[in-house]
Amino acid sequence: MTNLTQLSLSDAVDGLKAKQFSSKEITQAFLTEIDKSNPHLNAYVVVTADKALKMAEASDAKLAKGQGGTLEGAPLGIKDLFCTAGVRTTACSNILGEFTPTYESTVTQNLWNQGAVMLGKLNMDEFAMGSANETSRFGPPASPWRRKGSNVKLTAGGSSGGSATAVSADLCLAATASDTGGSIRQPAAFTGTVGIKPTYGRASRYGMVAFASSLDQAGPLAKTVKDAALMLEIMCSADPKDSTSLHLPVPEWTKSVGKSVKGMRIGVPKEYRVDGMPEEIEKLWSQGIAWLKAAGATIVDVELPHTKYALPAYYIVAPAEASSNLARYDGIRYGARQSGDGSLTSTYETTRAKGFGAEVQRRLLIGTYVLSAGYYDAYYLRAQKVRSLILRDFELAFEKCDALLTPATPSAAFGYGEKGDDPVAMYLNDIFTVTANLAGLPAIAVPAGVDSQGLPLGLQVIGKALDEEACFKVAGAIEQAAQFTARPSRWW
Amino acid sequence: MSVDKNTVRKVARLARIAVPEERLGPLAGELNGILAWIEQLNEVNVDGVEAMTTPVAMKLPMREDVVTDGNIRDQVLANAPKSEDGFFVVPKVVE
Repeated sequence: MTNLTQLSLSDAVDGLKAKQFSSKEITQAFLTEIDKSNPHLNAYVVVTADKALKMAEASDAKLAKGQGGTLEGAPLGIKDLFCTAGVRTTACSNILGEFTPTYESTVTQNLWNQGAVMLGKLNMDEFAMGSANETSRFGPPASPWRRKGSNVKLTAGGSSGGSATAVSADLCLAATASDTGGSIRQPAAFTGTVGIKPTYGRASRYGMVAFASSLDQAGPLAKTVKDAALMLEIMCSADPKDSTSLHLPVPEWTKSVGKSVKGMRIGVPKEYRVDGMPEEIEKLWSQGIAWLKAAGATIVDVELPHTKYALPAYYIVAPAEASSNLARYDGIRYGARQSGDGSLTSTYETTRAKGFGAEVQRRLLIGTYVLSAGYYDAYYLRAQKVRSLILRDFELAFEKCDALLTPATPSAAFGYGEKGDDPVAMYLNDIFTVTANLAGLPAIAVPAGVDSQGLPLGLQVIGKALDEEACFKVAGAIEQAAQFTARPSRWW
Repeated sequence: MSVDKNTVRKVARLARIAVPEERLGPLAGELNGILAWIEQLNEVNVDGVEAMTTPVAMKLPMREDVVTDGNIRDQVLANAPKSEDGFFVVPKVVE
């Protein structure tokens, strides 16, 4: 077997169990590939080679005895947002300095409990704030994808750009990611990978560096819908360490993949047909509708009238919660301290001015402003009420359908710098993904085709609360119909 | 509602971020751009609408009121920029 790194997670897990290859072999194959590729792609910000090989040896010992967990011996990449005991975790921000957690996030612990092997920590936008992964203290990753005949460096999306780069360039079998406004699904769409954000509360937020607590959810980036289901099943759990974690059993989502969509009612919201959307996205969407019809689903037109208010509401709620969450970074208890003139106030102000990048500072100022005396009702409270209206739109739509089909992004991946300096132009990238965060609903992005320049495009399936199963069923049907086999041609 | 340099100075103070004088103007411009876009929300009628809490109604979980953690002083201090004799070292706070 030569191309161990190109296997899907499910095939690799089967191969390990059948002893076709050892965990040490596949882990070493990934480490060699990372050595070669990472200087060009910048997907990993920490490579934990020694730890990976030790974990692989322990897995091989279990596999030899016919024991081991669901992911025994399978090498994964971890977004730098998840605390990993003994391994530097900075959410790609300077303010965390060389922070090395003494504890493990619940999501990653769940993966290690099932025998997964950690290859390292993956690049991301600073504190997950961004849509192009260009706000990382370690510089942006480069997507393995390029436009036909062009050598312009493209973004792999954000904030989980490192995860998307690593999965699409075969630098791990699958990766953890997180999604506050689209940070799993937009990178998935940009790189021809599959990404799902579960219902709010399915995955524990314990040990996940907080951005906006009422929106943040962990989820996987993977090569196939089945792999995404396998990862999500293990990542999710009822966790006493997170009071917003749902105390419900985690379904066996892998069993939903491949189930027929016959008789399902698929809603198509007309509000997702936005001005300036490229014709190719429109075509992709129609194609998706046709595939599902052919597979026996019924298509229903639905209305989500408050869609246009989702992004403005998000840019109140997310910065407001961030300004509160990020107040903890004061340079006193952990992270990089700057002393300024030596006084306490100057220590705080200088630490935060030097430690936070421009986009994070901008959002903290917005958040502080909208929460400041006299403005709370006009901004934050109003935005939270608009959220209720957005959720109500979905609930009314779901009276007529079982899942919604939309494009995942308003365009294919763009080049660094092509969006200009207008923060709002960058924010508009999340126009199709942010509604599911505001309403707390599960949503999956699945590759469905390529544009005329050869870049991947994705479709999104949004499910009812707790109905990840519908997302997996519909995404599985799209995957099967699309037969997406495009691969980035190797330039690195 | 638009912000001026003085408002940015005040908000930066509240957020404990040192902003140099020459950045106040440009930042006011950026924040106004974002705030003007956010103002769209004023079109929405929110009379009688409750603020969003969660899509899945759930009782807040309760647990026994007992100590579940502790005696990990060295772990707590492990990432401190400055510590001494088991304490955080901080700038002088009382003159």
